[in-house]
Amino acid sequence: MDFWTLANAVASGLLIGLVYGLSALGLSVIFGVIRIVNFAHGEIMVMGMFFALLMFRWLGLDPLLSVPLAAALMFGFGYVLQLVVVSRVSHLPEHMQFLLLAAIAIMIVSALLLVFGPDAQGVDVDYAWNSFAVGELIIDYPKMFAAIAAVIVASLLLAFFKYTSTGKAIRACADNRMGAQVVGLNVSRLYALTFGIGAACLGAAGAIILLLFEVHPYLAPGYTLLAFVIVIIGGLGSLFGALVGGILIGVSEAMAALLFQPSMKSAFSFGLLILVLLLRPQGLLGKAVR
Amino acid sequence: MSPLGRYFHPLSPAGLWLGAAFLAVLLLLPVWGGSYVMTVATTVFYLALIGQSWNLMLGFAGLLSIGHALFVGIGAYTAAYLFAAVGLPPIVGVLPAIALAVLMGVLIGYLGFRFAIGGVYFALLTIAFAEFVRIIVDHVSWLGATEGFFLKVSSADRHGIDLVNLRGAPEMYYYLIMALALGALVLCRFLLRSRLGYYWQAIRDDAEAAEALGVNVLRYKMYAVIISSGMAGVAGVFYAFYQNSLFPEIVFNIERSIEATLGSIVGGVGTLFGPIFGTFILTPLGEIVTEAIDLLKHWGVIDPQIKLDGLKLLIWSFIVVLIVLFKPKGLWPWVCSRLRLTRPEAEG
Repeated sequence: MDFWTLANAVASGLLIGLVYGLSALGLSVIFGVIRIVNFAHGEIMVMGMFFALLMFRWLGLDPLLSVPLAAALMFGFGYVLQLVVVSRVSHLPEHMQFLLLAAIAIMIVSALLLVFGPDAQGVDVDYAWNSFAVGELIIDYPKMFAAIAAVIVASLLLAFFKYTSTGKAIRACADNRMGAQVVGLNVSRLYALTFGIGAACLGAAGAIILLLFEVHPYLAPGYTLLAFVIVIIGGLGSLFGALVGGILIGVSEAMAALLFQPSMKSAFSFGLLILVLLLRPQGLLGKAVR
Repeated sequence: MSPLGRYFHPLSPAGLWLGAAFLAVLLLLPVWGGSYVMTVATTVFYLALIGQSWNLMLGFAGLLSIGHALFVGIGAYTAAYLFAAVGLPPIVGVLPAIALAVLMGVLIGYLGFRFAIGGVYFALLTIAFAEFVRIIVDHVSWLGATEGFFLKVSSADRHGIDLVNLRGAPEMYYYLIMALALGALVLCRFLLRSRLGYYWQAIRDDAEAAEALGVNVLRYKMYAVIISSGMAGVAGVFYAFYQNSLFPEIVFNIERSIEATLGSIVGGVGTLFGPIFGTFILTPLGEIVTEAIDLLKHWGVIDPQIKLDGLKLLIWSFIVVLIVLFKPKGLWPWVCSRLRLTRPEAEG
């Protein structure tokens, strides 16, 4: 195999990996603060994809322009979900929370099936087949735009947590819930905000990824698993780790498709996950706990 | 009190009579039930067996598995392959099937517990392994890959009783899976009240305290995984010879793993009768929803042309959400206290 084939695969994996990373950020934010594993992760992302699809069909809106809208819509969904449903199980053991979110996930997939049917549907933008070359490195426009959009959204999110007072308040909740309550923070509202922000990441990631892949309801569980793999590799709760994990998985998928066959790519990711759990169970960038 | 009396002691007289009546109805089911009822009842007991196995890990020892389809699938593929390739009858093949399922359990358990990976991480590890194996089997041609693995079955096989080769009439499968599910119930009852069971419960409630008192946490967690995965492996062997076809996308699907948890959670995690009770509610409920939709279409309330692929699951998962929100301890403890099925001092 020559160098450029390899370089092309790595570049394409890296660009897609950034979008995966954005999606995994959504999972990491929610787990890091609320300590709940969002089993409806991929489902919320696929809702974002379908929303962008409708916007494209009805208004001819490019999926990238749907990103803020999808993020806003899913923010509302996540906010209400946390406030009305998930907050009621926060005192229950982990497996009940898992079951609740898994059941919500199944509800979302079933509802999407009823509305959109099981067939794969995609958008057709006029730059879909355009690309530019650097040497023999060929970069597709859709992949590059998707990666840029993902980086912008992720940077906005990281800046929000670092610089705004609400972001700091949320981080305070994550560090010490009781302490946050003592100093007068409205924890249940901040939790709802956090779930909303996590879901907004997914809405954005969904709209972005529609540029690259076709959408159908059964895509959702796969995205959920992918995000789990990414955040464990990167370190559960570490925001930067989610991005790094996303890139790693994107590249490893591309390598698997190149060296073996495309259908083996998730086996590669899971193999990587098992390796990380074996050697560094807290994840690459996670803090060692326990 | 006689040993048998002690065994049934937790049940109140009302509970005993109701249980006996229920058992009698189930034993006589083939007499009055049609083939449809038999199929549903067989599924119920099959899921109850897996639920019992899953409940042993979470309810007794506090280990959340969301990859139970993996152990079932390994059992199924092992016995089916050995039967098809070298003619090993399943009554013998169940042993290597259990061995491989347990081996997988030990591998996951070792990886997980070595670093005291708890809770969510362990759960995600079980999913990861289940998915990993699913994709691998997808690509193994001698296991049929995505095309599926089939066991030869002739129409002559559908009569009589051949427990050695697991070939026979639907009634045989029904009584077999009923015996296995009830056997698992008795085993769990025995384990829960044994030294091992008390160690598990101590670990479940507070692993650090248990360790401080000298319980070898790693070892007893491993025992839970070993027994649970072995039970699931047995269920897999039954599945293989009942269905006669195995597809990785079906057998190892994450939905199977979620299905394995549902009955127990709805019935009540950590209770003995929860898994079996939960599946007795959920599986018929799913069938009723399907029937109701068909009936509404028949009456013209719903346009028969409309595809309702997701509707059944939508209603079904909505009911699960309601149970989690309003009866988080499961339905069995609630029903028990309502109908006074157990003595007040004993727990179900």
